[in-house]
Amino acid sequence: MDLFPLWNSLRIAGISALLVFFVGVAAAYYASRAPRLVKGALDVALTLPLVLPPTVVGYLLILLLGPNRVLGSFALREFGVRLLMQWWSAVFAVSAVVFPLMYRTARAAFESFDEDLADAGRTLGLSNTRVFWTIRMPACRQGILAGVVLAFARALGEYGATSMLVGFIPGKTATVATQVAFLWQNQGGTPEGQRALLFWICVNVAISAAVLITVNLLERRPHRL
Amino acid sequence: MSLSVNIEKKLGEFQLRVEFETSGALLALLGASGSGKSVTLRCIAGLLRPDRGRIVLNGRVLFDSAAGIDLPPQRRRVGYLFQSCALIPHRTVVQNVELGLFDLPRRERRAEALAWLERFQLSRYADSLPAVLSGGERQRAALARTLAARPEALLLDEPFSALDDFLKWQLELELARTLEDYGGDAILVTHSRDEVCRLAQTVCVLDEGRSEALCSTAELMSAPGTLAAALLSGCRNVSPVTVLPDGRLRCDAWGWTLPARPVPEGLVCVGIRAHSLRPGPGPVSLECRVDRVIDNVFSDIYLLRTPNSKLLHMELSKEFSLPAGVSVSVHISPDEILLLTAS
Repeated sequence: MDLFPLWNSLRIAGISALLVFFVGVAAAYYASRAPRLVKGALDVALTLPLVLPPTVVGYLLILLLGPNRVLGSFALREFGVRLLMQWWSAVFAVSAVVFPLMYRTARAAFESFDEDLADAGRTLGLSNTRVFWTIRMPACRQGILAGVVLAFARALGEYGATSMLVGFIPGKTATVATQVAFLWQNQGGTPEGQRALLFWICVNVAISAAVLITVNLLERRPHRL
Repeated sequence: MSLSVNIEKKLGEFQLRVEFETSGALLALLGASGSGKSVTLRCIAGLLRPDRGRIVLNGRVLFDSAAGIDLPPQRRRVGYLFQSCALIPHRTVVQNVELGLFDLPRRERRAEALAWLERFQLSRYADSLPAVLSGGERQRAALARTLAARPEALLLDEPFSALDDFLKWQLELELARTLEDYGGDAILVTHSRDEVCRLAQTVCVLDEGRSEALCSTAELMSAPGTLAAALLSGCRNVSPVTVLPDGRLRCDAWGWTLPARPVPEGLVCVGIRAHSLRPGPGPVSLECRVDRVIDNVFSDIYLLRTPNSKLLHMELSKEFSLPAGVSVSVHISPDEILLLTAS
């Protein structure tokens, strides 16, 4: 059995989760402190990918990254790189789709943060940066970690946007999700095809279950005052 | 040692206008909830920015709207003790104290923090998380953390409000001792007259965002001056007053006319403390009926029905024992009548 789709899915999900962690935390922190109107607008804009069909997100990304489009043509001209149909192109698709999960969980964590703690740090002389990294982030770490893990889990299962950006090239862009779709469409009737499908489904369920258990463990709060 | 504050801030409908000066002693800010006490402290600490005004600590300008000065909280050297303690839950007690000592080298930092915990008898909790501490211990740990940063002024935001009576008493004693050693300016925000009297020498009454003139705690009790101060100082009997042509004071609520006295300008009310009323006839007396008797542990509080059927509160020691329903004549010595202006 060729395990490339698993490896490819894991690296795409890992990179996306990392990316979404930094951007999501920054956006969530900003939104949690923004005036109400700005926050409302940000919320709608940043949550949209969660409710849009992934194919629509994929199509919008193609409008941006295609070889004749703004970013795509720029990358091709300046670096000679095509932004679509690479294994890492899926990172764009997956990150866009899972971003709202990270953003919303982190924002909820920041909003339930007790501002007195940050104020205490500031009156004790800690710089704002230090307050953020030594007080605010650790105090919100459970929510933020839960966001990362959820984003990672959803990233592993992303199908729609990924298939539009990278298609299905065995050994190059195949992921677990696109592999399952391919097997069902092409070998769904054969016993080998069904065995392969079953294998990939088991892999998928096992990983997802592990991730959800992790989220549950993270949501327990042992050290609350 | 001096702190002078003169600030204005508008928060929605609420308008804060506070002015006071203190030097090297504990000043109590006494006000009902929502009177702007915490907002005032936050402005001094730099956690909120006033709209206008000036804050000067030991000659250092912390805030001056005219000169465009607004030091961040980090550079004000003002310690803040939060009502919620604000101990960082994921840091151990000693690590919490170390927060204010971050400019020391690592090893000295810990030694210094441990020394502060020792002073507050918290050494055995040094490596525990704040969650295992009791309410009083948390507040002591927070106080240790605040003092360890060596602030030039100390702001105490209702530090006792979350504690039960016994712990409160212990912490009060400890705080009084600590403040004696501390020597800098300190401001205690509270709504409790008792805390003010026990801990502070000077008090500033805040009434709906406006500060009244500073007075000593003795004055607050003997001549509160304003209606808000009288109510905050625990005066239970208050009546609107009309000055009659012959100078006597007619208390409109009780239908009681009190003898003429020199009255301040803007007199609106008369106040009578529950313990100023005495049973028995006197030159200034009123016929009442005992409506209810309330057992106040070491004294009794009598609710008296006046002839026009309003209530007066009278507090007497247990040796008097008047049953409900009897008629009683009560009197007051004229110099115990509180003459109160609006503000």
